Amino acid sequence: MKKNLYQLILPAVLALLPMAVKSEYFLHLMILFLLWVVIGSSWNILAGYTGQVSFGHAAFFGVGAYTAGLLFQHLQVSPWWGMALGGIVAMLIGLPFGAICFPLRGAYFALASLALGEGIRHIATVAEGFTGGMMGIMIMPTFTSKAPYYYIALGLAVLSVLSIRAIINSKPGYYFVSIREDQDAAASLGIDTTLYKNISLSISAFWTGMAGALYMNYMGFIDPNVVFSLHDYSVMAILVAIVGGVGTIYGPAVGAFIMVAFQEFFRTGFFGLFDYLGKATGSPAFTALSGAVRQAHVLGFGILVIVVILYLPNGVVGDWEKIKRNVFRINPAG
Amino acid sequence: MDVFLQTLVAGILKGGLYALIGIGMTLIMGVMGIINLAHGQLMMLAMYVTFVLNTMGVDPYVSLFIAMPLLFMLGVAIQKFLLNPLMKVETILPENQVLMTVGIGMVLTEVARFVFSSDYKYITTGYADRTFYIGNISFSVALTIAFVIALSFTAAMFWFLLKTDLGRSIRATAQDKDAATLMGVNTGRITVITFGLGSALVAAAGCLLAPVYYIFPDLGGPFTAKAFIITILGGLGSTVGAIFGGVTLGLAESMGATYFGMEYEDIVGLTIFILVLLFLPGGFKRLTKV
Repeated sequence: MKKNLYQLILPAVLALLPMAVKSEYFLHLMILFLLWVVIGSSWNILAGYTGQVSFGHAAFFGVGAYTAGLLFQHLQVSPWWGMALGGIVAMLIGLPFGAICFPLRGAYFALASLALGEGIRHIATVAEGFTGGMMGIMIMPTFTSKAPYYYIALGLAVLSVLSIRAIINSKPGYYFVSIREDQDAAASLGIDTTLYKNISLSISAFWTGMAGALYMNYMGFIDPNVVFSLHDYSVMAILVAIVGGVGTIYGPAVGAFIMVAFQEFFRTGFFGLFDYLGKATGSPAFTALSGAVRQAHVLGFGILVIVVILYLPNGVVGDWEKIKRNVFRINPAG
Repeated sequence: MDVFLQTLVAGILKGGLYALIGIGMTLIMGVMGIINLAHGQLMMLAMYVTFVLNTMGVDPYVSLFIAMPLLFMLGVAIQKFLLNPLMKVETILPENQVLMTVGIGMVLTEVARFVFSSDYKYITTGYADRTFYIGNISFSVALTIAFVIALSFTAAMFWFLLKTDLGRSIRATAQDKDAATLMGVNTGRITVITFGLGSALVAAAGCLLAPVYYIFPDLGGPFTAKAFIITILGGLGSTVGAIFGGVTLGLAESMGATYFGMEYEDIVGLTIFILVLLFLPGGFKRLTKV
């Protein structure tokens, strides 16, 4: 009962948020957060549940974004059609991706997916006639206010998390987990491992592509180094899921929140704390510290990732019991 | 014909450096069975060490002897305090150590950005753009020196792995960790030393590359990618393979750049990589068994 209540309250709060908070900056952060919920969750279904650690998710994100952008560029149709097609095109790209990567296992799979992700970036850069190359694609955003984007992102995030939860709790979901735990045992029990790995990849690619299409519509500008970035998307998707908890439904969402919050926390110099201290004490050391902290926002997140892997190997959600026990001193056994 | 020979020479010279990068990676991969996705970042760090020393008037080839021990110690620390503790914990994904190296790489990049900013840095030396000619083929002096040093390091590495006790222990650990432990090899210590050695080797590559390249924090990522392309081409854990892979990648890149155009340089490397993964998984090692 208590759990169901949370599940109703959280979306309700999120849905009412733009009416309560008028700050565009805050909404922008929320949209980023929701986008990362989608990307992290879809990486998680492939890696966390099916055990195929992909280092190439930027490929799907970028393909989704480019679908929206290219529709506008070449056919002059609204880039919102990309929201309808982006996920499907990303799924189609997922088919050859799977055909190349799935015969491989473990480290080889990770490397092949990384190479394919990078390969697609290079292709998008070289095929100037089609994609515009490094010039990128620019569109005029449809809405000047951020609230509509917020609702679309919220819808996307809720739908993706709910659909992934439904799949995980159904028969294919159990097949995914059995492939993760022992692929040979799963195959010997009659599970078509290649088929189910491809299904998992398709779902994952679809939602990542949708996130990419929304990104195009929201940001209004893409180029290959932005949306196919190994570091900013492929690796970040992994880190978001790891921090939150690999192989848990809500882990990536929590991880996305921590990632966005943590980076903003640093970017604003601990919400202006150092600036305030600098003014209050009149010491230039605090102002200098504030400047340093602002530049270190990615560094801060990187260190957080290392600490999480060391001490919470299953992520914040996966090791929640451990956190409760050790940090909050709550021991259910008494 | 001259163009072809010139491309060939450029490719092989570059390949020597790549081999040095690859050997470090393949050692780590062989002994610990993990991909070190912070490999290029370690090289980037060595290049910054070279840069700082160069502003103090130290020649890049002298700073080799400072950067290598420094990076060796860094590698030892990473393995000892960040990677080895992960062997004991139970997680859903077995790739925890790989993911840790991703985090380490990110931190190294950001530390470099924090300290040196994102600007491109250059090392100015008297010989960086000097060339000499054999027939019609021009040789870059800096790259030739780098090639010779890289070759001697590789040879030294071979001797070390084949003839010394420590080298034998490393090879034993790579072949069968449990058996090595039973034979009295302290495998925990071996992994630490191996990571240190791998870091020192890639540091050497960084110092050699520094005079002919520019230095910026994001340089690590592409070189990590190159390092694992080399390792896959050669076969995981194979030192001979790493040399073969390095030269192959060097040749493929320079051929691609000459005959297809500069922008295809990386695509050629990646295409070869995927083809090898598909049709020759196990790499060059499978053909020669070395």
